[in-house]
Amino acid sequence: MSADSPVLQVEDLRIAFREGAAERAAVHGIGFSVAAGETLAIVGESGCGKSLTAFALLGLLPGNARARGRVRLEDHDILGLQGEAMRRLRGARIAMIFQEPMTALNPVLTVGAQIVEAIREHDAVSAAEARARAGALLARVRIPDPERRFVEYPHQLSGGMRQRVMIAMALACSPAVLVADEPTTALDVTVQAEILDLIDDLRRETGMAVVLITHDLGLVAEHADRVLVMYAGRAVETGSAASLFATPRHPYTRGLIAARPRIGSGARQRLAEIPGQVPSLGAVPRGCAFAPRCPAAGAPCRETLPLLEAAGAAAERVACLRWKDLHAPEQSPVSLDA
Amino acid sequence: MAGVLTLPATGPRRVGLLARLARRPSACIGLVLLGLVAGAGLAAPVLFPGDPLDMVGAPLQWPGTDPAFPLGTDMLGRDIAAGIAHGARISLMIGAVATLVALVIGVGIGAAAGYYGGHIEAALMRLTELFQTIPPFLFTLAIVAVLQPSIPTIVLAIGLTGWPALARLVRAEVLRLRDGELVQSSIVIGASDARIIGLHILPNVLAPVIVSASILVANAILTESSLAFLGLGDPNVVSWGAMVGAGREVIRTDWFVAAAPGLAIVAAVLALNLLGDGLNDALDLKRELR
Repeated sequence: MSADSPVLQVEDLRIAFREGAAERAAVHGIGFSVAAGETLAIVGESGCGKSLTAFALLGLLPGNARARGRVRLEDHDILGLQGEAMRRLRGARIAMIFQEPMTALNPVLTVGAQIVEAIREHDAVSAAEARARAGALLARVRIPDPERRFVEYPHQLSGGMRQRVMIAMALACSPAVLVADEPTTALDVTVQAEILDLIDDLRRETGMAVVLITHDLGLVAEHADRVLVMYAGRAVETGSAASLFATPRHPYTRGLIAARPRIGSGARQRLAEIPGQVPSLGAVPRGCAFAPRCPAAGAPCRETLPLLEAAGAAAERVACLRWKDLHAPEQSPVSLDA
Repeated sequence: MAGVLTLPATGPRRVGLLARLARRPSACIGLVLLGLVAGAGLAAPVLFPGDPLDMVGAPLQWPGTDPAFPLGTDMLGRDIAAGIAHGARISLMIGAVATLVALVIGVGIGAAAGYYGGHIEAALMRLTELFQTIPPFLFTLAIVAVLQPSIPTIVLAIGLTGWPALARLVRAEVLRLRDGELVQSSIVIGASDARIIGLHILPNVLAPVIVSASILVANAILTESSLAFLGLGDPNVVSWGAMVGAGREVIRTDWFVAAAPGLAIVAAVLALNLLGDGLNDALDLKRELR
């Protein structure tokens, strides 16, 4: 496989929940691709479908959900893959880390034993070799004193260290893609930075692709190469992180960036907000889903569903009928204070 | 001894658990009583060599009249103390093995139902409910009566009626873990179903299972005694229930013949219930157990 061809390619991914005979769509056909060594951030509010998308990549959707479309991991079509075939890919080629490392680790096994488990699940190696590799992994995720931590239980570790253990387990078989679902939400801010720096370093070392699911734009600015902004189950804007922060085109992206707290913007100033809330699954309006909350929405926005179209540089795409009107060139770019 | 079988504890945790148990007075009483019963059972062949069903003295001697028979003799001249000590072996053994049978069936069905869900769960839970609708004692009685009373059939019958509550408990616990991040993170590293259930789920539902197992042992002892009392015990071994049943005929004149094994039953069942309560607190189970 050549270096620039994507390791993960998602086309027209649709996810719907069965409700009796009816189906209720939660993700309406999103597509993206991630190349080796690249970080793609999927950004959006709670309920926009970003976690659901991540779960679909690994075949972890709940029983009443169904995914359609195409997910290509390296040379395999993995969407809808069942049983043994999917099991062989999970952990080995695509891995995932979760929000809350305490509940994701087994409280009755030592962390060493859990990493050994992860290794031996895919590689037929001797117990001694697996232990040696697990110890090396603990050192690699920069856990201090790995020999001592190896025989400790999850409750004896701090939150940051537990997330490092989760990362070590995810990396046990050198996957091509790491999906990180809000990996630092449960951690302190200082630990957050350490964990994401660690993921960055590991990505550079191993050349794996990272899909970072988050709602934190600060993290996106610092750690992502490219960004996909989701709203109500659709991609509304995508592009490189630099251009997205410099010239956000979709009113939703602008709102998100404007709503970030900023140092030095006047202590008493109210935070900007996006009025209203994300429409619930059954109540997505006709036309643009963001129209009811959009300051720039006109009558056509409530009728016509905007499609992703190229905007500006080659990789940038936006789904908004009015982005050209809004994107006046003289407008000062939004300051990026990461 | 067989009674210990039902309390598997992982290595490093056992010390902490015993220490936590020792801090609770009721659990201490339970442990001491259970220790006495188990000790009597263990020491029986040494203290009372020979068959406890043999006639060894004059019938119906009151306790204390002959130092050779500290608890007296029954109407056939059998040593009551020997019967109680040997009966402890039988009761604890039946209690433990029957509970093991119930554990294997209940944990297996509960785990499969909780983990796989869907049609498998529906079928297994309907089966469980079917078993729950049959009055357990009558069911046990029927099985033993059909299969001939012997220790294996009694164990099987008690085990077959003890598992439904356990299956429901395990299913509920597995359901709690099933959609949690622990299982999902095991799935994403590619673990097989058997690994996930055996390594990640069952060890984490062990605490409530241990507690209900101790209660199940108590129930099994009580059920076995009841069967023996009704004459459906194994005729070749001594049983507390059979001793109470035999003593019933002379209860107006020589009540000690029924009272002594009766007290032994109370002690064993009480001990296991107190221990179960203590374990419940010591393992810090906030959930209600049936």
